[in-house]
Amino acid sequence: MILVNGAGSDIQAGDTVLAALTRLGLDAQARGVAVAVDGEVVPRAAWETFSLEGDARVEVLSAMQGG
Amino acid sequence: MIAGREMRSRLLLGTGGFPSLELLAEAIAVSGCELVTVALRRVGVGGDLRRRGSLMDVVAEAGVELLPNTAGCMTARDAVITARLAREAFATDWIKLEVIGDEDTLLPDAPELLRAAEELVDDGFVVLPYTTDDPVLARRLADIGCAAVMPLGSPIGSGMGIRNPYNIALIREAVDVPVVLDAGIGTASDAALAMELGCDAVMAASAIARAQDPVAMAKAMRAAVEGGLLARGAGRIPRRTYATPSTPEVGLPDFGESAAPVS
Repeated sequence: MILVNGAGSDIQAGDTVLAALTRLGLDAQARGVAVAVDGEVVPRAAWETFSLEGDARVEVLSAMQGG
Repeated sequence: MIAGREMRSRLLLGTGGFPSLELLAEAIAVSGCELVTVALRRVGVGGDLRRRGSLMDVVAEAGVELLPNTAGCMTARDAVITARLAREAFATDWIKLEVIGDEDTLLPDAPELLRAAEELVDDGFVVLPYTTDDPVLARRLADIGCAAVMPLGSPIGSGMGIRNPYNIALIREAVDVPVVLDAGIGTASDAALAMELGCDAVMAASAIARAQDPVAMAKAMRAAVEGGLLARGAGRIPRRTYATPSTPEVGLPDFGESAAPVS
């Protein structure tokens, strides 16, 4: 199963990073957002083309107030 | 001056802990700071997306630069990945590198910190490591190419001030890069002391954000940093055990022996 921010999802193998972002209510223009798949950064330019493996761990992060 | 970027303000502000974004915006304005820290966390956890969007708006409207941190990372690997994500999210090479070794004290993990710093410097980052008040570790971090060192005064959010002022002064002597006192600042006098000890700047987060009046405290910190810098430049008098009269003793009158007390 593909995990998005630690939770199971209906994202399927072969879906793109952008598809995972869409599930979280984000789009390709989202500011201050970064994505890692299996611990590797996926640059914004690759969001639409990077297709996910069936056991991918996707982390979608954005700005939060912090020290 | 850090990594060729000249800043007028010697106060760095943490954005965490403010009761509202409005207070954060006001505190940024009165503090005069030019660099604020921001963290990266999972989307969908802790605060809705709109609020996070407005955090970016607040920072953009304030005209200040972002300094992303790697807060919460406990291994070099996590910190390096987080730094790379921050570079992607915020389009900056600057990173406040935190690698924590203990959950209760949030003290830095020295070996992991050095490892992460080395990797990020090699990767072209401008690395500002949150470090212990150990002059030797600070020198090692500077030697591998960190753009500044950020020694703690005391644990993050503790408000305990500068527990080892002698080490902070030694760090100032040990490195040629800027020294930014980070963590532990509780009130304005702590920030002034940091500057008097030779620090180039002070980072304050909880001290301002969690003060009863964050905006007033931001103003106080600004004045304290300026006051401490001026005092450092002015050269303080040495500490002495006994008094040194500030009024000349020559010309003291002699009133003779008095039999009765003055009534």
